[in-house]
Amino acid sequence: MISEDAKQKMRDAVAKYPVARSALLPALRIAQEEEGYITPQGIQAVAQIIGVHEDEVTSIASFYTMYHAKPKGKYVVKVCNSIGCYLRGCDNLLKQLEDELGVQPGQTSADGLVTLETAECMASCGTAPVLQLDDEFVEQLTPERVHEIVLKINNFSGRTPGD
Amino acid sequence: MTEQVRIVTKNIDIPGIDTFSVYTQHGGFQALRKALAMEPAAVLETVKNSGLRGRGGAGFPTGMKWSFLAKNSSKPTYLCANGDESEPGTFKDRMIMEKIPHRLVEGVLISAYATGAKQAFIYIRGELAYAARQLERAIAETYAAGYAGKNIMGSDANIDVVLHRGAGAYICGEETALMESLEGKRGYPRLKPPFPAAAGLYGGPTVINNCETLSTVPAIIENGAEWYASYGTEKSKGTRIFCLSGHVNKPGNYELPMGVTFRTLIEEFGGGVWKGRKLKAFVPGGSSTPMLGADKIDTPMDYESVASAGSMLGAAGVIVIDDATCIVDAVSRMEEFYRDESCGKCSPCREGTFWLAQLLERLAEGQGRADDVKLLSDICDNMSGKCFCPLGDAAITPVVSAIKLFREEFEYHIIHHNCPLSEHNRSAAAART
Ligand SMILES: Cc1cc2nc3c(=O)[nH]c(=O)nc-3n(C[C@H](O)[C@H](O)[C@H](O)COP(=O)(O)O)c2cc1C
Ligand code: SF4
Repeated sequence: MISEDAKQKMRDAVAKYPVARSALLPALRIAQEEEGYITPQGIQAVAQIIGVHEDEVTSIASFYTMYHAKPKGKYVVKVCNSIGCYLRGCDNLLKQLEDELGVQPGQTSADGLVTLETAECMASCGTAPVLQLDDEFVEQLTPERVHEIVLKINNFSGRTPGD
Repeated sequence: MTEQVRIVTKNIDIPGIDTFSVYTQHGGFQALRKALAMEPAAVLETVKNSGLRGRGGAGFPTGMKWSFLAKNSSKPTYLCANGDESEPGTFKDRMIMEKIPHRLVEGVLISAYATGAKQAFIYIRGELAYAARQLERAIAETYAAGYAGKNIMGSDANIDVVLHRGAGAYICGEETALMESLEGKRGYPRLKPPFPAAAGLYGGPTVINNCETLSTVPAIIENGAEWYASYGTEKSKGTRIFCLSGHVNKPGNYELPMGVTFRTLIEEFGGGVWKGRKLKAFVPGGSSTPMLGADKIDTPMDYESVASAGSMLGAAGVIVIDDATCIVDAVSRMEEFYRDESCGKCSPCREGTFWLAQLLERLAEGQGRADDVKLLSDICDNMSGKCFCPLGDAAITPVVSAIKLFREEFEYHIIHHNCPLSEHNRSAAAART
């Protein structure tokens, strides 16, 4: 369900631009924040407010990697594995996360707690290796730091690492 | 010991400089005030005379770009700040946006005034949530003070600034794809001409500049063109923020006058190659620029010298690679980026990046076939100059330059099904699968 509140936010976004369609990306973001992912209802609401066909909205949503058509875990861990992080050992940290979280990159744990992903260069090569936990950076990663993140995520659900 | 010259990064470490009050206490928005008292043409002339060139990659003279804007268009003029920063090896615009966002906003306002744009957009990469919050607040504070919007600073200038967040696509950093994305479409590059200066965003004359470029403008207005031009070299004026990453002891952003050598950056500022190892190669301007061998370390970091050395200064992302690195595996990783970020609009790039990535992976894993190096070069030849936008040429750059420098190492992988670096021995590739 896209709330009236969210729809109002979409209309506010439209008002900021000379052309309504420019608010398409922001409106999709609002829809995704509302429902956790891009649902058919989200597409419909965006299409209505922006004034373009639903198929068009779907096509655009599918172009941008940050919009996703399926739900993700409660926590999303994105590990950069581009050249800057690669040179500073991100592959080992990714492996550690796979082992300790018990999920493969691109997958969500069965209990829906965490999604593990790899990401393209995140403009942080000077503090590599890095990851994002729910869109916030964690930089200069070490195995200890990675372990802390796993503990934090697991603490939330009361499970033990690797379960 | 060489010192940093802080122009764009001036005051960046002062606590609270990311707030309007501290920024203004330290002279913030004085340049905007000064600009508003000048004729827009005089502001443009000052930027032109300063010799400032674009910091987004191509190094085009900024004042000249502004002067190309169509004068008699029936449509409004727009200004876009490019904050899509996604080139592997660069991380300077994110720093500006996070740590000193008002400087970018001030630069945007002055540049919009100079170019006659009443509407400016800051296009920020979708993944940069914190930078977006910082900019959102900086813009709101600037409006609240009456320094943006209607009658800014009591003058008769009206300039609106809107922050626009991307949603994950490297290609949206390319200026025409950025405009498509801003118009609410898929970020496919447009055919040029028309150039943005003639018909860009919503069909209006449009100027697009990198964040660092725009953040340099306030200092130029404040201190004058001659002052700025006194830094740097004959043709590469001023400073740049060099993003130093990879195998150095002290990676980070260092603002230095152009013309300082890579050796100074890597050894003095970066503390040298880490773990007591030796330099194998370095990428001078972000992963889309040809890598250079260790013998080029004394090259001065200015556009012309780096070009004579066989590469480009690009976005000034200096990536250091030590001698324990398997170059095939490293290039394989660089190619994966282009494969994933190719927008898919044209087939040489869409298919070519896929094949290159596949071949490189197979080589790195010791599964390469006899003709693979030739095959790689053939694919690069077939992509070179034949792709719709510059991403296609960028994608072959790491491969072509690495084969040129390290052909034997590629061939060793094929002949011996293994890596010549004993400690490597396919372990990196094995760990990856
Ligand atoms: C694939 C591709 C990606 C680019 N990404 C960026 C970017 O993230 N930021 C940027 O400022 N310029 C980027 N550029 C360069 C822009 O197209 C444009 O030249 C630049 O923003 C102009 O600003 P400048 O003159 O101040 O350098 C990219 C170009 C290409 C081809
Ligand atoms: S060269 Fe690549 S990124 Fe550029 S238009 Fe073609 S497919 Fe898209």
